[in-house]
Amino acid sequence: MLEEIGPFLEVLLGGLMAGVLYALVALGFVLIFKASGVFNFAQGAMVLFAALTLVRLMEVLPFVLAFAASCAIMVALAFAIERLVLRPLVNQEGLILFMATIGITFFIDGFGQTLWGSDIYTLELGLPKSPWIILDPPLPGGILVSPVDVFAAVTAGALVAGLAVFFNRTKVGRALRAVADDHQAAQSVGIPLNTIWLIVWSVAGVVALVAGMAWGTKLGVQFSLALVALKAIPVIILGGLTSIPGAIVGGLIIGAGEKLAEVYIGPAFGGGIENWFAYVVALLFLLFRPQGLFGERIIERV
Amino acid sequence: MLYREAGQFKTSYEADQSIFPIMQDRWGIAAILAFAFLAMPFLASEYFFRAVMIPFLILALAAIGLNLLVGYCGQISLGTGAFMAVGAYAAYNFAIRVPELPHLVTLLLAGGVAAVVGLLFGIPSLRIKGLYLAAATLAAQFFIDWLFSRVKWFTNYTPSGSVAAPQLNIFGWVPDAPSEKYLLCLGFVTVFALVAKNLVRSRIGRSWMAIRDMDIAAEIIGIRPMHAKLSAFAISSFIVGVAGALWGFVHLGSWEPLAFSIDRSFSLLFMVILGGLGSILGCFLGAAFITLVPIFLNQVLPELGIKLDTATVSHLEFMIFGALIVVFLIAEPHGMARLWQVGKEKLRIWPFPH
Repeated sequence: MLEEIGPFLEVLLGGLMAGVLYALVALGFVLIFKASGVFNFAQGAMVLFAALTLVRLMEVLPFVLAFAASCAIMVALAFAIERLVLRPLVNQEGLILFMATIGITFFIDGFGQTLWGSDIYTLELGLPKSPWIILDPPLPGGILVSPVDVFAAVTAGALVAGLAVFFNRTKVGRALRAVADDHQAAQSVGIPLNTIWLIVWSVAGVVALVAGMAWGTKLGVQFSLALVALKAIPVIILGGLTSIPGAIVGGLIIGAGEKLAEVYIGPAFGGGIENWFAYVVALLFLLFRPQGLFGERIIERV
Repeated sequence: MLYREAGQFKTSYEADQSIFPIMQDRWGIAAILAFAFLAMPFLASEYFFRAVMIPFLILALAAIGLNLLVGYCGQISLGTGAFMAVGAYAAYNFAIRVPELPHLVTLLLAGGVAAVVGLLFGIPSLRIKGLYLAAATLAAQFFIDWLFSRVKWFTNYTPSGSVAAPQLNIFGWVPDAPSEKYLLCLGFVTVFALVAKNLVRSRIGRSWMAIRDMDIAAEIIGIRPMHAKLSAFAISSFIVGVAGALWGFVHLGSWEPLAFSIDRSFSLLFMVILGGLGSILGCFLGAAFITLVPIFLNQVLPELGIKLDTATVSHLEFMIFGALIVVFLIAEPHGMARLWQVGKEKLRIWPFPH
């Protein structure tokens, strides 16, 4: 019995850790969607761009300075996107904005790699490489845990706590929630819409930087980071587009479900089901609860 | 001065309903078609057919299919590449497992299979829309990619997973020279473009557009959303499937699942956006643009003395497409087709100001 629980727990834990990483990317999506109603397909490209910026700056600067500079660059990017893309497209349909962010995705992908190069870079944050072994006494052999995953989980936790405080306890946070509820009403009570958007995109940029750090240490900084965003889409569908806790819970469910399915159901299908399992779960979920686990109910008027 | 409709009176309902109501347009189209069918096969080089015309025509066909769904019915799809794959693999399996079928029937059957698969993945569109639907079609893309790379039956158990299409034989005509392949594609594109143009002017096309503009309002005035959405998915997937089969059999010859990856889906979506959402002409303009830009960057820039390595060129392509999408969405959301139309309007009154 114990021999079977060991591997199961290890897979589960691995899945949950991967889920935290998905949640980090999903968080960026949710932030922007909450505040501006834009589904930002470019979040993955922003993760790649942020990670590339950080890794190349760390070649010449110490970590703290490089991190600060990367943050500044992400804010500048947010500023450019707000000025050049969002402002001219204000009052357009969601679908048009979505397609615009696909355009942004391609642009940032190309721009980032032209600027910083397209090799694979390793990101060294000084974390121990060898995995930790926990729960050795009750389980034979124990469970292997990667320090990088733990670091990511802790960062994600801190980030969510920080965002929760930011959203609920500060004046800017309250303005953000007001904008999310109703653009026009928020504007009519004197909330500057453009500033709010700039703040949200900047926060999403910083979240992308953190996500890029976590993924970058795990996979190396390379083009495939941009594809991580595609994995985050089922996460937000499951969790609900407008809910920050939903992004975390959705991430955990998708991460764990995906790994468990790959190990326990996968062999029956010939393996590799990891790539679509999450989507099919999200799709089935959509049929029964279109707003996701924690999302707000979708109400439409003619 | 020449492009003027003065004196052209419509005296019957048929004349009022014709696709090209202006005589000059009719002559123009006839001239283009005559040139494409009669003169082009003798004029162009083999390279031009293989690298430009054949991909352009097939992608234009796929873009027509996608435009019916995205531009006319408003249902966004990021899984077009997968539906092309379904068409290509269905045609391959029909061709090698039922070799007695005429190949024309095989190609159309492949479209039929793609239509059924499209219908299946279109079912979620009844409950969800917009971004959620985009995610659902992404599911189709990843699932179908996986299906063709892992389930060996579809690839006829070839060890490498790549398949080679048998030589096409259309009732005794074997198109294997590039110019003949071109004529085959041209034939398909002409027929389907005509079908699509008429479809969107018909009752079913109008119901699609009503759904696109506002689905709840459309439902209230008596359009059945299920009917409209699923028919859009089926018909769009049919055309995309035929395009996929042609892409496999005519353009590639032999291919592996990677040939129909998500990049293909995105580039088709770009064609439709850049060319013009809800315009058949736009599909051709968009397809021509997306086919020509990489060739331009790879061939013409070096001749102008600008030397770039291949990685930079591909990144540059990304940036150009991305920036253009944004620029078009901001400046002209109806794409190049609208620019063309505006130009024509100007031409009608030229050289007078009003």
